[in-house]
Amino acid sequence: MVEGEVSLKGDNLYIRGLQLPVSRGTPALAAAAVSTCKSLGSHLPYAYLVGDTGLGEGSRRLYQYLVDNIKDVKASVFAFHYLQPDVDWHNKVLFAVEEIEPKPLLIADAGFMYAAKMSGQARSYKLFTPDAGELAFLADEEAPHPFYTRGFILHQEAGIPELISRAYKNDNSSEYLLVKGSKDYVAESSGIRAIIDSPANEAMEAIGGTGDTLTGIVSALISSGMRIDDAAITASGANRFAGHYAQVTPASQVIELIKYIPKALETVLEK
Amino acid sequence: MHWFSKKKNLRHKAPGQKGTDRGILVFENTSEVIRAENELKSRGWKVRVMGPPPEIRTGCDLVIEFPLIEELNILRSLEEVGLTPLQVVPVSCPLLQPVDLFHCKNFGDYLMVRAANMKLTIDKNRLIIVNVSGGGCPDVTYLAAELVGKRLDAAPQPRNIGHTLCTYALQLAYEEIRRLCSQ
Repeated sequence: MVEGEVSLKGDNLYIRGLQLPVSRGTPALAAAAVSTCKSLGSHLPYAYLVGDTGLGEGSRRLYQYLVDNIKDVKASVFAFHYLQPDVDWHNKVLFAVEEIEPKPLLIADAGFMYAAKMSGQARSYKLFTPDAGELAFLADEEAPHPFYTRGFILHQEAGIPELISRAYKNDNSSEYLLVKGSKDYVAESSGIRAIIDSPANEAMEAIGGTGDTLTGIVSALISSGMRIDDAAITASGANRFAGHYAQVTPASQVIELIKYIPKALETVLEK
Repeated sequence: MHWFSKKKNLRHKAPGQKGTDRGILVFENTSEVIRAENELKSRGWKVRVMGPPPEIRTGCDLVIEFPLIEELNILRSLEEVGLTPLQVVPVSCPLLQPVDLFHCKNFGDYLMVRAANMKLTIDKNRLIIVNVSGGGCPDVTYLAAELVGKRLDAAPQPRNIGHTLCTYALQLAYEEIRRLCSQ
């Protein structure tokens, strides 16, 4: 396990002297967050990373470390990402985080979001960033993992507003939602606040990590003090423009998009 | 252009799940379930993976549903390959059924198939896996590293190297894309 401030140079992340190639998953989130923080002149993110090829040992080590140490962390925003979904460990971490004063703002995506929903504690989070399939999982009150989302709920793009409404109605959503897809939706319990659909590049859906970069950008924007809904709208636009400038295809890798985040942010923030 | 491929009628509560003629095998982890399923199906047993009942769910779980009458023979088969379930219990309530609805998207030179939260994309002309996206379990990055850049028929099957429900969903996408490419 390693913890420390994260930096980005070329195609690699650096943390405590360790070099990590930027690929899908948490490295993509971290790289996008670093790139955004640098563009804004903010502090770089601090990360807790562990290796886990799916057996869960690494995740449990990190869970335990967070339970033991997180209450001493002074940070305004926590973004939880790829961790083996485990309701018990999720709850232990959440309880430890709730001891922190002042209370940090919590964001969840990926495996930790699955556990947050399954635990019934989704409302403890300010923001979830599901893709359309994960939104269907949030909307299905009986599904403990997206793997079990019932067929009649499984997403159709036209049904996204209904799925959002269902997720809120069953208390399986965070306060805000940023739903990633061919159109990005920014929502809260009172309804949809914004729909962002340009620039449009269908290839983004096929590229591993483009959802992770969106989560990284929005987390960094929120950390800079931006309102959550404004940060979600800005992040959506920036992620799209980054893909547009990179001229991605379904075969592109996420690092190609990350290189264009600074230019994309400039475009969106100037609008 | 994109279309839905509905493999079969999807019901949340699978039929015939009443009484005690079916049981479930509960293993230490999803990885063992995947291995057990591979082994039992290769030996011709009519088993299927399902979601565990609520009282034993932890977060990323699969169980194997099997005909109770074959319990001894099935356990013997598993023992031969070093697999021992933690529990063997009769099915007492409807079990969650894995997703088997696919969403396919045609990008011209590329084809993407989504199963649940996992997406697999191939170069249709060269039949090379070009991307893996979606998911939230920690083995997704590892699976992508092992699959991307490889020909579809040369890449390892996700279920042979992964350990989670995201692995299983990717396996479904993989099987569907192979089926489509063989047409």
